[in-house]
Amino acid sequence: MNKKYLTEHAMHVIFLVCGFVTIACVLAISLYMIISGIPAIKEIGLIKFLFGTKWASTAAEPSYGILAFILSSICGTLGACVLGIPLGILMAVFLSKMANNKVAGIVRPAVELLAGIPSVVYGLIGMTVLVPFIRKTFGLTNGTGLLAVIIVLTVMILPSIISLAETALSSVPPEYEEASLALGATKMETAFKVSIPAAKSGIAAGVVLGVGRAIGEAMAVMMVAGNVPNMPSLFNSVTLLTTAIAKEMSYASGLQRQALYSIGLVLYVFIIIINLVLNVALKRGNKK
Amino acid sequence: MKMNLRKVLALVLCAALIFALGVGCSSSGSSSDTAADTMASEAAETAAETTETAALSGTISTNGSTSMEKVIAALIESFTAENPGVTITYDATGSGTGITAVTEGSTDIGLSSRNLKDAEAEAGLTATVIALDGIAIIVNTANTVTDLTIEQIAGLFTGEITNWSEVGGEDMPVAVIGREAGSGTRDGFESIVGVEDTCAYDQELTSTGAVVAAVASNEYAIGYASLSSVDDSVVAVDVEGVSCTEATVLDGTYAIQRPFIMVTNDNAELSEAAQAFLAYCTSSEVVDIIANAGAVSIAQ
Repeated sequence: MNKKYLTEHAMHVIFLVCGFVTIACVLAISLYMIISGIPAIKEIGLIKFLFGTKWASTAAEPSYGILAFILSSICGTLGACVLGIPLGILMAVFLSKMANNKVAGIVRPAVELLAGIPSVVYGLIGMTVLVPFIRKTFGLTNGTGLLAVIIVLTVMILPSIISLAETALSSVPPEYEEASLALGATKMETAFKVSIPAAKSGIAAGVVLGVGRAIGEAMAVMMVAGNVPNMPSLFNSVTLLTTAIAKEMSYASGLQRQALYSIGLVLYVFIIIINLVLNVALKRGNKK
Repeated sequence: MKMNLRKVLALVLCAALIFALGVGCSSSGSSSDTAADTMASEAAETAAETTETAALSGTISTNGSTSMEKVIAALIESFTAENPGVTITYDATGSGTGITAVTEGSTDIGLSSRNLKDAEAEAGLTATVIALDGIAIIVNTANTVTDLTIEQIAGLFTGEITNWSEVGGEDMPVAVIGREAGSGTRDGFESIVGVEDTCAYDQELTSTGAVVAAVASNEYAIGYASLSSVDDSVVAVDVEGVSCTEATVLDGTYAIQRPFIMVTNDNAELSEAAQAFLAYCTSSEVVDIIANAGAVSIAQ
């Protein structure tokens, strides 16, 4: 019964408790979301709720269809991925393979800083600079809409894609690249045909993390989206799943409030799916 | 032996955790104690200062209009600071629900941001106006339109009028900016102008400040905001030839306004505390409190 043995066991229990705290939080939140999200779906009807095209929560005859929110969320996230993924991967290749230490020493902290900027600041700049810019450039009356959302989200997901992809690219064994170069491939061919495929699980993780952030973002999006429950359109105000909850929660009551919880549940299911994809991607990477 | 040790350890750790919890609770408990102490001493001071010697006590329930939330919250805060023995609850349910609740006697004071209907008044309800809420129609400073009729405003907000030249402005499109569903200002504006659920918004923003900012940055924009939040960054247009000021809201010539009303039931006797609260809300003491909360007090 020495001291070492005691400490060892004490630490074991402490870690166990810490682990259970996390699990308890996840369980509590999941349970709460399901319990508070189900009633409204039951009352409205799942099909009517998910595929209804009209959201008029405070009208004399309210209707609660969230198809426009779902589609806008998907379009916004997809758009951000289409712009952000190539940009992020190329940036990571540049940082890990092309840039000399001096340049990388400037760019890398800049990327990290980008990750640390609060989302409300992104929203503020989007609202005061980006939206008027879009309005003037395209001759619109308004300027809010999916285009502004996509641009803001792209900038927001870049840091997570870049940093994870860069870590993955840097940990590709140098022998692979050296062999490729020795066989006569150019630096570009090596980067695209050897380094990126070898680092693909890490890159995938970065992408999924970025998607998770894009679909879950509310504050910055609310400030540039316009928040009218329209079908997705680049130049017309839209509402996403997150902003639909955020904008109405403060005054909601009754079925409207319950329906907002149901939107939360839908969003939660989306995030769970993304996380499952992340886990599968990582496991596949580990098997290799 | 090994198992025993593990059990002992688990027990010790549990005890430690419980102890930590206890410390946390007791410390928060003591802090609230001190808060209560300071409240009590402040209250004692105010009681000593004011001539009212009888300390009020009891619970007053209020129920109704969400639009009145700011005003009521401010009034409750100042009233309970002076009368610490009184607890006032507020359920933000909506004017209709508030009036029903006071009719049924499930609440002491109903709150309504519309006048009582004849049927409601005949049912033995008394309305006490505590404040008026003027809703200003705001446009960008670059907009040359200075006067609109209610009809034109309705046309602009429902999307029937899509160009400012149709209402005497320059040839440019209209961007309609409003509040989110459930907002009291939106409800008030839409019901007064008669455009409930038919507005074609280009943007729905979640605060009055955001609407003002959006209108200030977009020359095509039209929006609405509580009179108290309008500043120099935007222009409040005249409605039916009347400019939107506290004076015109008070004398009733400005059209887009609504009363904030406290509704009491004649058939039910109000508690002493509730009577005092009602009197307090219409006294001249609260003019600044109501103004700070964004409405125009009637007791000038």
